Amino acid sequence: MHELSIIQGVVELCEQHSGGRPVLAVTLQIGALSGVVPDALEFCFEAVTKGSLLEGARLEIERIEATGYCSDCGIVSRIDTYFDPCPSCGALSLTLRTGEEMRVKDLEVE
Amino acid sequence: MCTTCGCPSEEHIHHHDHGEHFPGGKISVETDILAKNNRYAEQNRTLFREKGIFALNLVSSPGSGKTTILERTLRDLSGKIRCAVVEGDQQTDNDALRIAATGVPVRQINTGAGCHLDAHMVGHALEELPAGELDLLFIENVGNLVCPAAFDLGEAHKVVVLSVTEGEDKPLKYPQMFHAADVMLLNKTDLLPHIDFDVEKCLEMARRVSPGITIFRLSAKTGEGMAEWYEWLRER
Repeated sequence: MHELSIIQGVVELCEQHSGGRPVLAVTLQIGALSGVVPDALEFCFEAVTKGSLLEGARLEIERIEATGYCSDCGIVSRIDTYFDPCPSCGALSLTLRTGEEMRVKDLEVE
Repeated sequence: MCTTCGCPSEEHIHHHDHGEHFPGGKISVETDILAKNNRYAEQNRTLFREKGIFALNLVSSPGSGKTTILERTLRDLSGKIRCAVVEGDQQTDNDALRIAATGVPVRQINTGAGCHLDAHMVGHALEELPAGELDLLFIENVGNLVCPAAFDLGEAHKVVVLSVTEGEDKPLKYPQMFHAADVMLLNKTDLLPHIDFDVEKCLEMARRVSPGITIFRLSAKTGEGMAEWYEWLRER
């Protein structure tokens, strides 16, 4: 359940960036292979933000798909797991390009 | 007052970058949620570099034998390599007591409800260890194959421990952890004659998730395979 620490991190970042103003909405970018479950983030968001500048804020989560680069055929493709073979040539050991993101993209203040 | 980060008691990094302001009350942040942890991890890493400490973060499910591996390793390396241990568990100092019995300096972190160690906790534990007199630091993370994967503690390597009683497909079931690790200890190999565990299949799965992973097969109970692990530690 490290989603709890993740949301605590989100609250801290938002409070640093909001200039003391109440936050109306926050947008996160979460990679498909980040190990973070969006439902679990939403589940603890309300509880963790209570009493903070984010109380009552809207949580938006943008999923970022995982992509991997194949050094054999030079193609970047969408993947679902760390161990997917290259969909183009079947080679293993793709290098991850995207999919592990855990970012606060932006926030909206009053 | 904490000397690592200057925080009054706990959690505080003072950071006053208010980002780029947009009309309509939108503020661009574009910051990693774990940025704070990563800054503490960099502080730890700098300390390790300055003091010449090789730090390893041991991760696994509960009961894989991390503490037993450490007990044997610490006893066998005693007088050859100067070691210390940071122990992470939700509750109890049982593991710290086991490590202390080997004569090695140890600090226990209890995370309470927390499911992983973070770099800030480890930084505080380091303040209480004789950093200037160490070659090797083992950080034994909370037994959990999920959450500790995301948290950099400043270590040189994440070392994942897998015991043969857990089943050979753990690397595929918990790929994030095995992907984050670049060393794997396959423990309890003395039990192999009694169970159905396909070693080659397991190693192949680990390599699929983490290409180039360094693997040691060992039994902390009998000592089988430990020499190769020690050799790797000595070479660092």
